[in-house]
Amino acid sequence: MQFMKLEEIRRILNAEVIAGKDLMDKEIEYACGSDLMSDVLAFAKPGALVLTGLTNVQSVRTAYIVDIKAIVYVRGKQPEEDAIKLAIEKGIPLLSTSLRMFEACGKLYKAGLRGIGEVEEKVAANK
Amino acid sequence: MRQINNEEKNLKPPLLEREFEVEGGNFANAGVVSGKVKEVLKSIGFGPEAVRRIAICSYEAEVNIVLYARRGVMKLSVYEDYAVLHIKDEGPGIEDIELAMQEGYSTATPEMRELGFGAGMGLPNIKKNSDIFTIISEPGKGTELRILIRNAREPI
Repeated sequence: MQFMKLEEIRRILNAEVIAGKDLMDKEIEYACGSDLMSDVLAFAKPGALVLTGLTNVQSVRTAYIVDIKAIVYVRGKQPEEDAIKLAIEKGIPLLSTSLRMFEACGKLYKAGLRGIGEVEEKVAANK
Repeated sequence: MRQINNEEKNLKPPLLEREFEVEGGNFANAGVVSGKVKEVLKSIGFGPEAVRRIAICSYEAEVNIVLYARRGVMKLSVYEDYAVLHIKDEGPGIEDIELAMQEGYSTATPEMRELGFGAGMGLPNIKKNSDIFTIISEPGKGTELRILIRNAREPI
């Protein structure tokens, strides 16, 4: 199992930390990318990192509901004010990168971060 | 239709009961009630996996009320080994439940999709995350969901 610290993710994506500067030592095991919170609710695993272009408060509410560890907003997007407020309250770090979705995901994958589907396959194979 | 009453009728009263109003059409508040449901369950020490599954069901149901109904009520009843969410809305109801239960089937508008919802995963996801799920709907009147989730179940 490979873990990646949030600080390392921040460095790879050259991201700005919008909330949770003190939480950059959190370890991330896997990630997913989606603008659809419906999909995040249906497929995300607890502890995952989410990359998204959705900046409203629902991005953070969804993260809180499914135990997402951190959110990266892509294409330089900034989360809305109430999203930041909720993230601080719930201890969910928010980052913003100027990279586009595909490039941000690609860089993290290349650096060794795995996807949710792969983790599921691994678990199934070990059973 | 499956009934969940077997577990409820024989047993002691719930350890905890909370009722929440959900306002239809208030997109900005979609999910606030489910956040409260999650906090309540966490605070009484319900298992994290069960808390997560209840919160997901609650959130999906709450978003459905916000998107489609005038108003709704969500009741959380917590028992020793399980929790029940009872959700009742005053909304348009569902014409074809079988169709609505299919992954990807959606009647969402572009505005709903901009919120990040309306991918047609809501009801199937509730079913996936619940141990016993009952849905009753009457077109023109509303929809009622009963969701039972056991505290100790293998993570899905």
